[in-house]
Formats: sequence, C-alpha cells, structure tokens
Amino acid sequence: MLRFIGKRLVMSLGVLWAASVLVFIMVANSGDPLFDLKMNPLTPKASILYREHLLHLDKSIPERYWIWFTGVLHGDFGKTLHGVPVGPQLFTHMAVTMKMVIPALLLAIVIAISLGVYSATKRGRWQDKGVTFTSFLFLATPVFVVGLFLKFFVAIPIDQHFQKVILSTAGDSSPTATGGFFQRIPDMLSHMTLPTMTLVLAVFSSWVIYQRSTVLDTMDQDYVMLARSKGISKRRVLVRHILRNALIPVTTVIALDFAGLLGGAVITETVYSWNGLGLWFLNGVNALDINVVLAYLMFTATTVIIFNLLADLAYAVLDPRIRYS
Amino acid sequence: MSINFGQAMSDVPMVDIDNSGLSEEIHGQWRMALRRFRRDRLAMFGLITFLTILLIATIYTFVNPAGWSELTTSFNQPPSWNHLFGTTGSGLDLFSACLKGAQQDVIIAFVVASISMVLGTIAGGVAGYYKGSIDAVVMRFVDLLLVIPLLAILIVLSRIFAGSGNSWWMIAILIGLLSWTYIARLVRAEFLSLRERTFVEAATALGAGGRRIIFKHLVPNAIGTIIVNTTLTVSGAMLLESTLSFLGLGIVPPQVSLGMLVQEGQDSATTQPWLFAFPAGMLLVLILCVFFIGDGLQNALDPRKSRSRA
Repeated sequence: MLRFIGKRLVMSLGVLWAASVLVFIMVANSGDPLFDLKMNPLTPKASILYREHLLHLDKSIPERYWIWFTGVLHGDFGKTLHGVPVGPQLFTHMAVTMKMVIPALLLAIVIAISLGVYSATKRGRWQDKGVTFTSFLFLATPVFVVGLFLKFFVAIPIDQHFQKVILSTAGDSSPTATGGFFQRIPDMLSHMTLPTMTLVLAVFSSWVIYQRSTVLDTMDQDYVMLARSKGISKRRVLVRHILRNALIPVTTVIALDFAGLLGGAVITETVYSWNGLGLWFLNGVNALDINVVLAYLMFTATTVIIFNLLADLAYAVLDPRIRYS
Repeated sequence: MSINFGQAMSDVPMVDIDNSGLSEEIHGQWRMALRRFRRDRLAMFGLITFLTILLIATIYTFVNPAGWSELTTSFNQPPSWNHLFGTTGSGLDLFSACLKGAQQDVIIAFVVASISMVLGTIAGGVAGYYKGSIDAVVMRFVDLLLVIPLLAILIVLSRIFAGSGNSWWMIAILIGLLSWTYIARLVRAEFLSLRERTFVEAATALGAGGRRIIFKHLVPNAIGTIIVNTTLTVSGAMLLESTLSFLGLGIVPPQVSLGMLVQEGQDSATTQPWLFAFPAGMLLVLILCVFFIGDGLQNALDPRKSRSRA
C-alpha cells in the first residue's frame, strides 16, 4: 500500500513538473507584460529597464524558469507584476473560493447520491424518468447560464419584491458587515446561497446518472436475488446489501470531477464577482502575469492529485477486495 | 442501409459467399442498431430538433447572408413578428444573430469532434495495441489533462492566441487538441482487451502488421464506443466554446456565437429578458439534443454499457 502511494506521488510530481514547464514556455512566449508601460512615451527608459530587471525579463526563458523553479522548491511562488508576493495572495483568494467550493461539493454529493439511489429504486417509473431528464437538462446547461439565471430571475426579483437584499449577487461578503463570526452568518448566507447552488447544479447531474446506474447494476446481482428469496424485506436488502456495494464506485467519479468543480468556480466567481482564485487567475492571464498563472495551475493540479489519491485509498478501505500493489 | 441481401446473395458467385455472409452479419448489426435508435423517442426527438434548427439556420443565413450583422432602426424591441427574438440596444435582429451563432457553434463543435475522434482513436489505439513505452507517453499526457481543469488551460491558450486574432477555427483547433483524451482513454481500454482475442492472433499469424490490425480489425470492433463518445465530444465542445466566448476569450465580435450573445445580453437581462433568454435557451436546446442523440446511439450501438436506461 505504501509503495503504491509512493509510486503514485512520484508519477504525479512528474506530471506536475511537465505541466509547469509547458505552461511557463507558453505564457513566457505569449506577449510582453510591460507592453502598456512601453507604449507610454513618457516612461523613462531607465524605469522600463528596472522593471524588466525586477521581473527577470532581461534573462532567457530557461533562466527565468530556473529562478521560478528553485523559488517554488523553497516555498516561494515569486511576485506578481506589481511586486506583491504570490504565495499569500494565493491563500487569501483560496479562502474565498473554498467558501463556495466546499459547501457545494458536500451538498452535491448528498443530493446526487440520494437522487441516484431514489431514481434507481423507482426504475422505469415517472419519478425515475423525471430525475434522469432533470439530470440531462443540467448536464446540458453551461454553468454561466445557470448562474446568470439564478442571479437575474431568482435573486433580483426576490430582492425587489421584499425591497431589501435577501440574496446578494455580488461579492463573497458585504464590506460593511461587522461583528464576530456568528453575527456575520446571515450576511455570509446571503452571499453564499446562489453561488453554491450554481456550482451544485453544475456538477451534481453526471453523478446522479452514474449513481443510478451503479445501483441498478448491483440490483441485478445474484446475491441480491438470494437475499430477497430468503425473505429479507426490500428495504433491508437495499440498505444492507445493495447500497453497501453501490456507494463505492461513485467516490472515484466525484474525485475525478474535482477539476471540473474548480473550473466551474472560475465561471461562478465571474458571474457573482467573487474575488476568489478563479477571478484572480483570469486577471493574471489577461495581464500575462506568469507567476500568478503558474501558482493557480500548480495549486489546482496539486489539489486534484491529492483528491484522486484519497479517492483511491478510500476505495481500498471501503472495498476489501481491492488491493493495490 | 436497407439493402436487400436475399437478392444480392443469389447474384454473387460462389467464391465471394464467405465475404458477403460476413457483410450481411455486419449490416444486420447496423440495421438492428438503426431500428433501436428509431424506436428511441427521446433520441429521435433530439435528432429531429437538432437538424431542424440547423436547417432553418442554414436556409436563413443563405437567403439573408448579412442579416446577423445588419443594424436596424428599431432598438431594444421586445419579440414581435418583425423581429421574432426582439432586437438589441444597437438594433441588431436577435433572431438572425442567434441562428448565425448556433450555426457557428455547431460548426466549431463538429471540427472539435472530428479532431478528437481522429487523434483519440489513433493515440488510444496505438497505446492500447503496442502497450509499453508508447502507452506510457500517451497516458501521461492524458493524466496531465485530467489534473488541470480543461477550462483553465483553454483560458491560457486562447489568451496567447488572442494576439493573432481569435478566429473560429483557431478556437476549434485549440479545443480539439485538448479534448481527444477522453476518447483515447476509452479506445485504449477496449483495445487492451480486444488485442488478446483470437481473431487478432489469427490476423498476426496471417502476417498482418500493426497498422492493418489496428485499423482493419480493432477499430471496427470499437466503433460503437468511438461513435458514441464523438457525439458526447460535440456537446462538450459546445459547452467549452460557449463558456470561453462568455468570458470574452472565444468568439469575439464581429463574429457571433451563442455564448457571446449571452455575455452581451446579461447586463440588461432584468429589463430586456429576451436578450438573455433566447441565446441561452437556444444553446441549451442544442446541447440537450446532442445529449439525447448520444444517449440513443449508446443504447443502439452498445446496449450493455447504456448509462441512462434500466
């Protein structure tokens, strides 16, 4: 088991390293981050040279990569174009994004598993068809359409009807909110509800379809028929015999989709103007801020790798038949 | 598809009898798949709706080629007989713009799907058939695209190519070059099991080389998986392209796409809801139709692996 984890970690680090090289070369070749500064005829030559020196733009791309790489090994992600250290910025923006990603992930797991199981127990009936159709509907809806719909046709009408902001549509908290953690809870809920819902609706549907089909597959197993023929009630068979096996495979699917969840967060943050990782990354890409782009990509990739590893381990714990070697 | 084999059989000379017997069996499978697909009401609904929208878009843009870019003198009009989907603040007829955008999205999605199908089949096939170091290289690349959100890579890439003018085929090629890994993984998995079957051994014994075995023997056996997942790539490409266009990194004016129209319509969504509703709705309907078609194809071609049926 330990050898399996070790092997996986080494392979993942290789993938991460390759990704950083590719992204570095791509972003470094994509344009001059100081273009605007240079286009301004009033900028003194010396200050351009100084900025270039600060950003290492006067060095070759392999040299710049080496500076970045050795920095990361020391836990230093470099500085943004404006000279602010990237590391602390990454963590403040991450805290904002996690406020929507973690509740959305938990909610989506609960909703998807219960809907999938429910749908499978009603196989072929209208409840089943309804759940499947709804899942397909949300699978086909782009995240920004869900987000904009909730923003303009749910939040704004409600707020207008009650003449006050019940569901906030901008930012992760009100700048005016004061007091301790518990006093700020209503404000946080008002800001978090819709973005979290958007993210849930963006990811839950494929899990529902998957969960439903695993339960159906398990239902057709011989041991289920045996349990039923022994006279065990339908309910008990479902809980004790079917679900125990049918809840395992979905862990892998959810872990693999974590990258998609972070991608969805980029869109949700744009729609609801949350100053989280996604918006930070988008601004970094637009400004050609190579350290910001790399920090974001390395962070998301590492999170996804850790999630996948955890899912594999959980799989082995949940299903004793699985052995990694 | 519905060739009369009974008659054809009697016409062929004896030598060919083995061959035509085989082809009858193959065609029989296709005919059964077609029958299954035709009986699938949701899939047929999807196919007919999709083709109808495409047909209307093609005819409309053919008859009225400049309609989507011409400014009229009616600004911010709600839907009426003159302007079925209303007009924008600058006087653009939203109906023509939506049709042009839908056409553009579908073309991009088809280009993406073709690239993914070819690359995915070749990469997955070669990896699955030869195994070893080729397999390792392909799979590491697949891993790379699994750990970084596809959207994030596309955002970086489209920003880089934005300087050279974001044309629709550039976006299509970028998405295509990144979305073949899904097909590759599935084809590889099928090939890994198919390559151990006796008919491959027989072909090898007869002296067939790797390329011949892959394309003449293995690909036809995996064709169901390839077709189904190419269809799903079409819907995935439409989702990605519209999202990029929504972020202002995909299709940009003066070209038009549904994602871009949604982005432009969002600011006035509460006062002029049609500016948001029609492009968003059309996008949703198109993608949903492709999903239904894909699901129907899955049930028709590969009933064992059906996702949504009991």
